[in-house]
Amino acid sequence: MSKEVKLFLGPNHPGMHGNSSVHLYVEGDTVVKARLVPGFLHRGFEKLMEKRLWFQNLALIPRICVPEPDINEMVFAMAIESLTKTEIPERAHWIRMIILELARIASHLMAMGGIGGATGLYTMPYWTMPDRDRILDIFEKITGARIYHMYIIPGGVRKDLPGGIEKEILAVLDYLESRKPEYENLLLKHRVIRTRTKGIAKLTKEEALEMGVTGVGLRATGLPYDIRKIDPYARYDKVEFSVPTATEGDAYARFTLKYLEVQQSINIIRQCIDMMPKEGPVNIKFTRGSALRLRVPAGSIYCHVESSRGEYGYFVVSDGGEMPYRIHVRGASYPQGLYGVESKLPGTRLEDVALWLGTMDFCSPEIDR
Amino acid sequence: MSVYETFKKSFWGPTIAWKRLFTKPVTIQVPRVYREASERYRGFHVNDWELCSGCSTCSKVCPTDAIKMVPVDIEVESGKKAQRPAIDYGRCSFCAMCVDICTTGSLNMTREYIHISDDANTFFFLPDETGIHHQEVPLGYQRDEASELLDLERVEMEELPADERVDSFIEYVKGYSREQAIAEASRCVDCELCVDVCPANMDIPRYIESVFKNDTSEGVEWIYKTNPLPGVCGRVCTHKCETACSIGNRGEPVAIRWLKRYIMDQESVEDIIKHSKENISKKGKGKIAIIGAGPSGLSASYYLSLMGYKVTIFEAKELPGGVMRYGIPRYRLPDEALDKDIDVIKALGVEIKCNTTVGKDITLTELKNKYDAVFLGTGFMLGRSTKVPGTDHEDVLMALPLLEKIRDYLRDPENSEKPPVPDSLIVIGGGNVAMDVARSIARLQRMEGKKVNVKVTSLESMEELPADLEEIVEGREEGIQFFPSRGPKEVIIENEKIKGLKTIACTRVFDDDGRFSPEFDESDVMTIDGEMIVEAIGQAPDYSYLPNELREKLEFVRGRLMVNEKGQTSIPWLFAGGDIVNGPDIIHGVADGHKAAVGIDEFLTREEG
Ligand code: SF4
Ligand code: SF4
Repeated sequence: MSKEVKLFLGPNHPGMHGNSSVHLYVEGDTVVKARLVPGFLHRGFEKLMEKRLWFQNLALIPRICVPEPDINEMVFAMAIESLTKTEIPERAHWIRMIILELARIASHLMAMGGIGGATGLYTMPYWTMPDRDRILDIFEKITGARIYHMYIIPGGVRKDLPGGIEKEILAVLDYLESRKPEYENLLLKHRVIRTRTKGIAKLTKEEALEMGVTGVGLRATGLPYDIRKIDPYARYDKVEFSVPTATEGDAYARFTLKYLEVQQSINIIRQCIDMMPKEGPVNIKFTRGSALRLRVPAGSIYCHVESSRGEYGYFVVSDGGEMPYRIHVRGASYPQGLYGVESKLPGTRLEDVALWLGTMDFCSPEIDR
Repeated sequence: MSVYETFKKSFWGPTIAWKRLFTKPVTIQVPRVYREASERYRGFHVNDWELCSGCSTCSKVCPTDAIKMVPVDIEVESGKKAQRPAIDYGRCSFCAMCVDICTTGSLNMTREYIHISDDANTFFFLPDETGIHHQEVPLGYQRDEASELLDLERVEMEELPADERVDSFIEYVKGYSREQAIAEASRCVDCELCVDVCPANMDIPRYIESVFKNDTSEGVEWIYKTNPLPGVCGRVCTHKCETACSIGNRGEPVAIRWLKRYIMDQESVEDIIKHSKENISKKGKGKIAIIGAGPSGLSASYYLSLMGYKVTIFEAKELPGGVMRYGIPRYRLPDEALDKDIDVIKALGVEIKCNTTVGKDITLTELKNKYDAVFLGTGFMLGRSTKVPGTDHEDVLMALPLLEKIRDYLRDPENSEKPPVPDSLIVIGGGNVAMDVARSIARLQRMEGKKVNVKVTSLESMEELPADLEEIVEGREEGIQFFPSRGPKEVIIENEKIKGLKTIACTRVFDDDGRFSPEFDESDVMTIDGEMIVEAIGQAPDYSYLPNELREKLEFVRGRLMVNEKGQTSIPWLFAGGDIVNGPDIIHGVADGHKAAVGIDEFLTREEG
């Protein structure tokens, strides 16, 4: 007769999945029960936001999603722009798309590296992380910071692109494309990876919809749900790209979709660089006064974007004051990170737990918010 | 769609990475191999202390409370604070909002990003020009026009255009609408530099905030704590506060004066009276006599009444207000605004005895016997003359009596003497009074269908003119001509009529220590044509009401009375303030009146005790 043992996964960085704690109850090497214990990372964002001026929140929100901080800036800015009924300059839309897609690639690369930890193939993070670093170099040049950019602001973006950066971006994209054969051989065609991920951590379309899973988690079950397509923001309706989907709904399918999406993002950025107005203002002052005295008209709005993890949204309520009255974050990781962990992990083998967390993009601060 | 078939299993897959085994790793050794950060890098801060005003705006915007304002031991000029921002790098999120909002542009970020120390205290430091490591570090992130977090432009004040306003004496500044006022108030960063500079130390950021909150009755409360003549000051104050306004370092200062006026224009006199009456305490027992119903006398009377004293003002003129009523032209300060302020004061029970000249109708000694204390606020009512040959001609006038005549005439044309309206006028002087005369006569000329022909000549160069900039700009728009850097030499008279003024070049007005010590170039002579001349080179006090025995006991410095910080002269029961103590400036008068009220109360309560 086997004995049930309680194991703590985290809150020490278990691989790349952030630092939430998952309590696993296992019998032998099979999980019988999983409990997520959130709250070990950046806690209470939503409450903190009510105590910060609108502009001050720009420094707080990127931390809700460390691998892809820019989406927070984007939805926050979109919400304020809708409430103030502001149309931002054309060039800003395109710059924002470049930033968002670069961030998406960076996040996917990080997640792909994370699978290495889960499968024992450590070459993966050794490759994806330095490659991601090239994108961070670009971010540093544009925004002045590598991770927390605080660049997309209400009204547009904070500064114009530095001269000549388009060329550098294209060079990085070329480089990433040149890496494709190696990545494909190492990751997607690799026997160990295929064996370890196929049929593992499966999710059906019904389960995904039931839980509210979006992003690659949902697309891997066959639904081409992508906010960039179904409710385009910025100028996504002006660029051409397809949304890769799969039907298997398992770790391999999700992993492959991430890889394919990197290529989509590269295509989008190339189009942006081609199509964006070459000059013009990059932001608009939508209200008078200093940043200390910005007031957003009373009202509420839900804005959403497609993050690398799925639908990412902010529900923002303003009472017309200098601080948000209420902000609710719809973190894309929440469904798969909380419901998914508790409902889908029982029955899996212990070593496959990290594959769920990794391919589902479990991001702790999004849950700890 | 199945993705299983997208990538076929590779035989070489597991070995693909092996070829990388011999490539050079990309690890960067830190800090031995220093990697130069990008140009926009948001590294540790630097702050140029010469520029920094200690305004603390950076600290207010900081989202993580990483900035503390720390007192520093340095000499600071007026309008700055002896404090500088210190940054706690345990908290800083390197967002650079402090850089984007810094009112002076003194604060910047560097490309420095490595600081290794086992002393945690070194992560909390006061950035100066040398940054964290006291060595030259390239600058990193800089604010630019796009990332600016201040609003540098003023909400424009609507004014009558020059060709319309020069035809009449109606108030040409229209005042803000609610939206405009709120927008202007939202530019304030609450730095309080203005408070220190305002002679009355008004709670400026608080009343601006009340405009921003659209609560002007709260604004009135803040204003009346330190100034009972806000309707006047909201129009004609010399607004020293605006010169200190930190937004003014890189943009246009907040229109503090107009915002004060906006608050007062919103509130009815009844509401202001009600508010003031709520603040009356019954503590003070006694009677105070005030001589002169000008800014200082009125201000003293207001605060003394709030303390419960019975106050009587003795005013020589027919109406109260002093220089505000008789000196400042109507187009800048209409009677209604002044009356509103005075009505509030009267409603507190202050008695104003007009047409009562102390020294003639009643003596100071009598006042001393009837009252517990006396406050002198008699102002500068005498004109000064250049005394150059010809100034004794009847068409050479003094500024104040002329302005008074114009005011009286406009108020009651039927029963007043008409002021002279020459075809051409020369005004000697470069201050606000000179501008008042010039612009008033220009109006009268236009109203009589004449062409504007007014010339202003001054010792000062155009840049040095003591008049407010807007007075000069607006005067110019109205057709006033300027002849700066000229000293009057002689009034040219032909056939007993003035033909003009002979002037010589003034090469320097002030010496190296900033003292008035003009120098001239006698060879550079110029005649300015004109048939009437007004001397507006300053005013002087008239102490004729002081009996000799008192005058001997008082101390004077260059014509001004010496008082202590409570407005008390060397005669304990005699207090003074306003022009005769601090020179001509309404807001100084208001502050002096307030101070003296506190002083008188202390003097009397100490006496009792
Ligand atoms: S960079 Fe941001 S967090 Fe750091 S001191 Fe400046 S405002 Fe504060
Ligand atoms: S905002 Fe600029 S000028 Fe003001 S205290 Fe900070 S560093 Fe100094």
